[in-house]
Amino acid sequence: MNTLLTQIINGLHVGSVYALIALGYTMVYGIVKLINFAHGDVIMVGAYAALTLLTSAALPFWAAALLAILFCAALGVTVERVAYKPLRSAPRISSLITTIGVSFFLQNSVQMLFSPTPRPFPIRINVPTLVVGNLKVSGLTFVTILVAVALMAALEMFVRRARMGKAMRAVSEDLQAAQLMGVNINTTISMTFAIGAALAAVGAILYSTAYPSVSPTMGAMPGLKAFIAAVLGGIGIMPGAMLGGFIMGVAESLTKGYISTQLSDAVVFGILIVVLLVKPSGILGRHVSEKV
Amino acid sequence: MMMLSVSGLSVAYGAIQAIHDVSFHVEKGEIVTLIGANGAGKSTILKTVSGLLRPKAGTIQFEDKQVHSLDPHRIVRMGLAQVPEGRRIFQRMTVLENLEMGAFARGGRADLSSGYESVFHSFPRLKERRGQLAGTLSGGEQQMLAMGRALMGRPRLLMLDEPSMGLSPILVEEIFRIIRQMNADGITILLVEQNAQMALSVADRAYVLETGRVVKEGGAASFMGDEAVRKAYLGL
Repeated sequence: MNTLLTQIINGLHVGSVYALIALGYTMVYGIVKLINFAHGDVIMVGAYAALTLLTSAALPFWAAALLAILFCAALGVTVERVAYKPLRSAPRISSLITTIGVSFFLQNSVQMLFSPTPRPFPIRINVPTLVVGNLKVSGLTFVTILVAVALMAALEMFVRRARMGKAMRAVSEDLQAAQLMGVNINTTISMTFAIGAALAAVGAILYSTAYPSVSPTMGAMPGLKAFIAAVLGGIGIMPGAMLGGFIMGVAESLTKGYISTQLSDAVVFGILIVVLLVKPSGILGRHVSEKV
Repeated sequence: MMMLSVSGLSVAYGAIQAIHDVSFHVEKGEIVTLIGANGAGKSTILKTVSGLLRPKAGTIQFEDKQVHSLDPHRIVRMGLAQVPEGRRIFQRMTVLENLEMGAFARGGRADLSSGYESVFHSFPRLKERRGQLAGTLSGGEQQMLAMGRALMGRPRLLMLDEPSMGLSPILVEEIFRIIRQMNADGITILLVEQNAQMALSVADRAYVLETGRVVKEGGAASFMGDEAVRKAYLGL
């Protein structure tokens, strides 16, 4: 029983990181109908930014984290402006391929700047372990879940209540109609990329504290899993990304605990296949009828 | 005073030219209608005026400013709104949120409550349904919401694209009564309609479009009396 609970809590830990990253995929998809395959590499850039600021600049943890997050937000906006915006009216496959190109570009740039050798991530958060009865929860796990849930709640509030949040929803539902309301879609799209990349950076820092090895290709796996989490929950639907992230994390953790570590990825991807067979639009997905 | 002046407008979708050298104007306080069959280019013209499409040639002037190279959001913010064909309300947002989006062009400090009040005065049904998701409204209610939403932006010129489409005759009467009311309240109207008879009954002047060209223009009343026009365009 205790092991089960521990595994589930561990699953929620990694799942909340997936959920944060998945939100970036799903928000961008909701607004511009683009799967941004470079999103995973934003995690990697975020981790390197935090690492550099912690070691070379010797900043305190909170300052390094904040700057890394801002850096990634700026990166997200820049990538959209430079690489995706010119292709906005191009066929979708062109933009999709471009996102893969950006992914390679980011990986190779970091390889050039920092070398391909993995580096240890200096963990600077010291949180005492929580003990409830005979259940021990690492403080890091607790903080990660707390931060992720708080950010997701804040984002949900922003999208529900704030003026710009409503504009984002309007754009995601009907781009032209939103323009006719006076919404500047360039600003809205930039903001979406900024928020998505910032959340990925938070995810990167939380991820790196749990798996403290930073390398130029480290974004690939969490990026892919977060993408799957977004598809699992229903791409374009924010609560779906959160739900998908937690499901992925828990499934992965339970497989690692009870079946085998090597099989965990296979099980996770297997879940995706099953869900797509049963409900192709994802768990919370709406039935999509293609507009003519 | 000239409200909108379009001259020599040509618009193409890729290699296919949809609008050929179209010119028309709308005076302040008028109701002007563009009538013509399906595919005549009426919606294309409105989309171009709103900035959603870029003209290949020609100029569009709203009040004293050239607007044909501006982005759509800037045009709306100048006071030129459109109720698009098919209503295009935000189905997954509530009625109230849709109305709030309508006021987006007026900026974050706009006073929404007086806007809601006047919209609910014109469309009492919307008040009953203000908390409902817009996608659950009936077709007539959606049209009213689309019009109310546009009014929230306090436009000086309102373009309506096929407001009567898919509505029952009673609702069509109601919509046209409201169009007249909006005009009486000081909003200049540019109306695109396939229901030419209805459009001519409220309009001051009309332009007849055929395959992307203006083929006839004049006072609305004269169209109603013109036997040839009635036969060709009104199906009477």
